[in-house]
Amino acid sequence: MNAATLFGLCGAALVGIGLYGLITNPEPLRKILAFNLLGSGVFLLFGMIARRAAAAGLGGDPVPQAMVITAIVVAFAATAMAIALVQRLADETGRASISSDSSDAVDGEGKS
Amino acid sequence: MSIASVFDIAVVALILAIGASTILVRTAFAAVVMFAVYGLLLSIAWVRLHAVDVALTEAAIGGGMTGLLLLGAVARSRSDDVDRVRVGYPVRLAAGGLCALVVAGLAIVVLHPPAAVPTLAPVVMENLPPSGLGNPVAGVLFVFRALDTLLEKVVVLLALLGVWSLAPDRAWGGTPGLQVYAKPDPPLIFLAQLLPPVGIVFGIYMCWVGAKDPGGAFQGGTVLAAMWLLVIVAGLQKAPAISRLWLRGLLIAGPMLFLAIGLAGWVFADAFLAYPEGYAKPLIVAVEATLTLSIAVALAMLAAGPPERAQQQ
Repeated sequence: MNAATLFGLCGAALVGIGLYGLITNPEPLRKILAFNLLGSGVFLLFGMIARRAAAAGLGGDPVPQAMVITAIVVAFAATAMAIALVQRLADETGRASISSDSSDAVDGEGKS
Repeated sequence: MSIASVFDIAVVALILAIGASTILVRTAFAAVVMFAVYGLLLSIAWVRLHAVDVALTEAAIGGGMTGLLLLGAVARSRSDDVDRVRVGYPVRLAAGGLCALVVAGLAIVVLHPPAAVPTLAPVVMENLPPSGLGNPVAGVLFVFRALDTLLEKVVVLLALLGVWSLAPDRAWGGTPGLQVYAKPDPPLIFLAQLLPPVGIVFGIYMCWVGAKDPGGAFQGGTVLAAMWLLVIVAGLQKAPAISRLWLRGLLIAGPMLFLAIGLAGWVFADAFLAYPEGYAKPLIVAVEATLTLSIAVALAMLAAGPPERAQQQ
């Protein structure tokens, strides 16, 4: 197995880990973290595609690489926006979780 | 098995373990610290994939800036009982099954590459010399896909507008609340005096060298933003009020110059965002230099968050 395939599989696993965290954690901040993890897994898949397409004396295809650079910056901007939204939500409602299903939650959220 | 592949396997194992721990640890603070470590490990993976430009961006923005942003968010959230809220086992089991299916699907795609791998690398290398650039990634960002790069700057500005517009009415035009971080102590102040001269030179160098070697406006701008934030957090300089004219001018200077040169392309070259023959490199360097400043200010303001205090008169 070459390095590109190995990191591609790593990216695939990260997508799964991020998706799991996104679904199971009711805390908004942790959801944002999980979404970033998912995104970086997708970026790694792009890295694998770029590495496999190495040609013309380059170590990888520069087009997917440039797309990933753009994506990292946009992901940061989106994360900043999401965190600002979550903080405003917390300021307005005083709730730290967006879980609506109180039967699944161990702690009673309906008190607030 | 060669040393390189043992190293690769170790890096992948570390990335997966740290990545999983950002999901599984109980407190948000620990998760954020794990995420910053994860960003740095990921940049090693990018080096191993021969994408040094991406590695620099990931280390600077993915690990550093996002880590700072998330640490600020953790410090601001006052709730301590969040880790007691848990999803039930049936949901977790179902989610785990679904995620395993997604991973399996992606793994099948990874393990079965197409017979002929499509690549644009030869086309890029063929058309790079007229632009005067030596770094193919910079060539893609500023020549072949310049529209993407321009729109990305607009996205960053729109995100900043969104963050600012979430400020309460009384704080509009005020200063971002960066004092959630620790009270400045002597080591932090010393660091904030020692690092910025080196960091500023390094940031400018990264922007300059980006035309020829790995580096560029994004990475250099992030280093400059980090230096500025360090000085503000250490209390050596006040965070600017978002209504300041110079701040807003710096924010739009880069995208405006880029757009102006793009529009001039219609007159002096044959298309939008085309550079006239022989002037490509000076124009690109001018755009990159201005963009570096705009990116630095935009990223620092994004990390600082919405204004929290009204401007003192």
